[in-house]
Amino acid sequence: MSMIEAEINGIPVSVPAGTTILDAAKAVGVKIPKLCYHSDLDAWAACGICVVKVEGSPKMLRACATAIGPGMKVITHDPEVVEVRRTVLELILSTHPNDCLKCGRSGSCELQDLAADFGIREIPFEERVERITPDTSTGSIVLNPEKCVKCGRCVLVCQEMQGVYALEFIGRGDGTRLAPAADVTLNESPCIKCGQCAAHCPVGAIYENDQTRIVWDAIKKSEKHCVVQIAPAVRVAIGEAFDLEPGALTTGKLYSALRRIGFDAVFDTNFSADLTILEEGSEFVKRVTEGGVLPQITSCCPAWTDYMEKYANDFIPNFSTAKSPQQMLGAMAKSYYAEKAGVETKDMFVASIMPCTAKKFEVSRDDNMSSTGFQDVDVALTTRELARMIKQAGIDFNSLPEEEADHLLGDYSGAGTIFGVTGGVMEAALRSAYYLITKEDLADVNFMECRGLEGVKEAEIDIKGTKIRIAIAHQMGNIEAVLNRVREAKEKGEETPWHFIEVMACRGGCIGGGGQPHGATDEIRKARTAGIYSDDEKSVQRCSHHNPMITKIYEDYLGEPLSHKAHELLHTGYHERKIYKK
Amino acid sequence: MAYKNYILVCAGTACESSKGIALYEELEKELKAQGVETEAQLVKTGCFGFCEQGPIVKILPDESFYVKVGPEHAKQIVSEHIIKGRQVTDLLYDKEQAAGSSHDNIAFYQKQQRIVLRNCGVINPEYIDEYIARDGYAALEKVIFEMSADEVIAELKASGLRGRGGAGFPTAIKWGFTKNAESAQKYIVCNADEGDPGAYMDRSTCEGDPHSVLEAMAIAGRTVGANQGFIYIRAEYPLAIERLENAIAQAREYGLLGDNILGSDFSFDVELRLGAGAFVCGEETALLASIEGKRGMPIPRPPFPAVKGLWGKPTVINNVETWANIPMIILKGSAWFSSIGTATTKGTKVFALTGKINNSGLIEVPMGTTLREIIYDIGGGIRGGKKFKAAQTGGPSGGVITEEFLDTPIDYESLQSIGSMMGSGGMIVMDEDDCMIDVTKFYLEFTVDESCGKCAPCRIGGRTNYNILDKISKGQGTVEDLDTLKTLAQAMRKASLCGLGQTAPNPIMSTTHYFEDEYLAHINDHTCPAGKCKKLITYTIVEDKCIGCTACARVCPTSCISGEVKKPHTIDQSKCIKCGQCFEKCKFDAILKG
Repeated sequence: MSMIEAEINGIPVSVPAGTTILDAAKAVGVKIPKLCYHSDLDAWAACGICVVKVEGSPKMLRACATAIGPGMKVITHDPEVVEVRRTVLELILSTHPNDCLKCGRSGSCELQDLAADFGIREIPFEERVERITPDTSTGSIVLNPEKCVKCGRCVLVCQEMQGVYALEFIGRGDGTRLAPAADVTLNESPCIKCGQCAAHCPVGAIYENDQTRIVWDAIKKSEKHCVVQIAPAVRVAIGEAFDLEPGALTTGKLYSALRRIGFDAVFDTNFSADLTILEEGSEFVKRVTEGGVLPQITSCCPAWTDYMEKYANDFIPNFSTAKSPQQMLGAMAKSYYAEKAGVETKDMFVASIMPCTAKKFEVSRDDNMSSTGFQDVDVALTTRELARMIKQAGIDFNSLPEEEADHLLGDYSGAGTIFGVTGGVMEAALRSAYYLITKEDLADVNFMECRGLEGVKEAEIDIKGTKIRIAIAHQMGNIEAVLNRVREAKEKGEETPWHFIEVMACRGGCIGGGGQPHGATDEIRKARTAGIYSDDEKSVQRCSHHNPMITKIYEDYLGEPLSHKAHELLHTGYHERKIYKK
Repeated sequence: MAYKNYILVCAGTACESSKGIALYEELEKELKAQGVETEAQLVKTGCFGFCEQGPIVKILPDESFYVKVGPEHAKQIVSEHIIKGRQVTDLLYDKEQAAGSSHDNIAFYQKQQRIVLRNCGVINPEYIDEYIARDGYAALEKVIFEMSADEVIAELKASGLRGRGGAGFPTAIKWGFTKNAESAQKYIVCNADEGDPGAYMDRSTCEGDPHSVLEAMAIAGRTVGANQGFIYIRAEYPLAIERLENAIAQAREYGLLGDNILGSDFSFDVELRLGAGAFVCGEETALLASIEGKRGMPIPRPPFPAVKGLWGKPTVINNVETWANIPMIILKGSAWFSSIGTATTKGTKVFALTGKINNSGLIEVPMGTTLREIIYDIGGGIRGGKKFKAAQTGGPSGGVITEEFLDTPIDYESLQSIGSMMGSGGMIVMDEDDCMIDVTKFYLEFTVDESCGKCAPCRIGGRTNYNILDKISKGQGTVEDLDTLKTLAQAMRKASLCGLGQTAPNPIMSTTHYFEDEYLAHINDHTCPAGKCKKLITYTIVEDKCIGCTACARVCPTSCISGEVKKPHTIDQSKCIKCGQCFEKCKFDAILKG
């Protein structure tokens, strides 16, 4: 790759061709302020905060969108540049509600940070804030366009990264407003509730529907038996809310925090991830050995399920009927555990802590999510909501002791924990599928071909002569190409390109979920991923079928994978959904 | 087939809208009724430019130049001119015009030089044969069979042609970038999204000479290696669209578009893409986004479209006027073209001359012509003998030019140095009755309305500035507001993403510079010297002069004038909407405006 030699503020810089001025400046320790730019997205170049001077250019250029050129002389900071940035910032603030104290992003708001850095004390311009009622229609995420700074991130995320096209800009000029395309409500739009818009929003214009009060109320009620589960990806990200490094593994502290908050039992979604592997893995082996519909496609991501039901419902027969780990744990808690604990199902309250906003939608997505007659899971909270609850409870998270989960639905194998990253469900499934097919265990359980941030990963796995072709896609916008290849092969009457496909809607998998602490970049995703794999590596059991509590639950209660009882509690069905409800 | 006479009827939009079509139909009917349809051929032409005097009819071979012709004149024209060979003197613009003498002699045309508009008002734009008869497609033939791509670019470079869309980027360099870009697919785009208020240069060219654009695009396609062109034109130009569509169909039929043009190995086709009329879509990156079916929002440059344009492919994008120059440069040579104009700016410029001027219309002058020549010689001076105040060029992106600069020879650099810009060619002349705050407010309102909303400086800064201007126009402004206007203007110039936002503050910069006194009068004295800003005007009745004729009371739309007959009247200021009708109506100078 050719290198570009240039100068930034008189400092020589040598960077690969194509590097933006913004990144080149970073390389020599110069931080150019920005608002609309996000490293996940192509530069939208809207805000005008990152403007710099380039010798020979009559106008200022946007550092985020301009590739540094050979011999370029860039000035990133001088009184004139800073003054222009300040004016632009003041303009943005003049149309932004001045209510930081009541805003969910206070403290993690990129606009607030800029205002602080520039020492803004008053707005010299006429303040105009358009009052727009927030859209709460999905129950998962809330759109509050009043706070929108029109940075374009959510629209780009929704359209380019996720391929969903639910969000768009409506109107033009100073009437431009963020809204679902065609100006319907978000719930009537194609939105899949993945929450990536909220995860990327620099301000408080899109956020999770905060349901912490429902959980506090349940805990307060003495007749309620409150149990909680935590998803794999939560444990490696929640630390960021307490100033820990991204990827810090906090499982033990989380268990103890949840007990202190007042839950009667603390379970782990990793346990039900193991259960999912037994059900979904058995389903897969059955499809392969008995000639069922292939490829089998994973169903544990509710945003993906929603997408499939809207945009790709020709794949319904390919979908694993296994419920997601969240739902499986809820169903087992309200049946098996309720029986063991002697609690009536109606008195059971199941909360889950998820890295995800779509999980809020999943808890009531259809009747199958209420397999005991009551909702399997009552409320799904995001990682961000739990972090706030911990703070509200006065818990000093970092000095908490490490505790263990309650064993009945809390013990997990390394295969369960890697559900939190892209490729993890596939890797976990392969570890057990190998056993289910060969009745032998793998010498090396690591499937490196499943790992990493590449958008679509493909591999052929040799299970003692049985060749299994797999594909793994994450970041919703990457899935269509995979599906199209399956469709093409089907149309041509050719063999399916893959036997098993894993899909996760968010970049990096659940560790990059829409409910995780703000600020995720690939760097942070990699750190969280490393945290997950370290959890896997230090696990005593690395395969789901070796989890003794899984063996026990089948012996005690379910019988065997895919049994009648398992079907009642742990499986579901799918149906077409209209892309637009109206 | 030889006709004795040719009756050219202007079918440009301006003439069409003043009953030009009815006139054409009436002439057709009369020719038949009077039995001379084989003696005179009726021709629908493009714009003659002299829109002030439209509809225009020109009869060949006499060159009789009839103006303000209505359908009611059809009978007379046929019976007198066609049958008896006598000019209808009443309809002649120059009553003295002798049969056979060219209308070029009339003042409006004397200082004009028509290169871009060479065929407008001359040929019937609906027939490709008429274009071909005037050397149409000969340049394309030359480029295909006699010139290499490098020779074409060298010729363009020597001609000095610069983009007529506003910024004046050298056309040869643009084409060179695309030619040298490596890509199997390249595109040619014509920007016909003319949107400046009052501008209709490109529209008239498309209406009056559509093939000149098609031929030029094909020349570019041959030169840079593109086989597909798009013309992006606003849907509110139905006649231009119709003529272009018709021209494309005819060119395809003649083998001048499509596969293997003129039997060569060169294939090129053109399609229209209709825009919904957003001003920002005249910005090239927004235009390309719109062609791609996306929301018309600009993206940062570089990379420039010449390297990475439509669907990411190298794309030459020029505006209509630039295109229309190309065939002539190829045919007549760069030496001829570069002999016209100034040191930095060659060729001619088409302007839509409007405002407080006697001869409004579409004009084409050599670069280097002074504003004084345009306004006084071509435009015939200020209407109603009023005093010239300023001329506005460059539309909402431009600035005002005052009396002291009237003798500046017009080119890209000179206009910029006096705080305006060439722009696409709108030229609005203002007199002493025009208020500079009001004019600036008008342009700001336009750019605020047309901002795409993408970048913060333009989206928010534009509105904030407009609101300040509005305050000032109501006498509620402060001296600090003037500073804020300037601060915001600077930030918008420097931090806006595209040309729209970067140039939107130009009217503010220009008027605050040349007319600061007028701003201060609004701010400090709460008066509008031009008497334009309604909130600052009061109409009062001078008791001594009012004879109580009641004329003012009768014309007042809000019935705010009362008084007994033959006794002095009074105006209820709380109800007065400052429409000024009473002022106009009073014959006794009894109403004071101030």
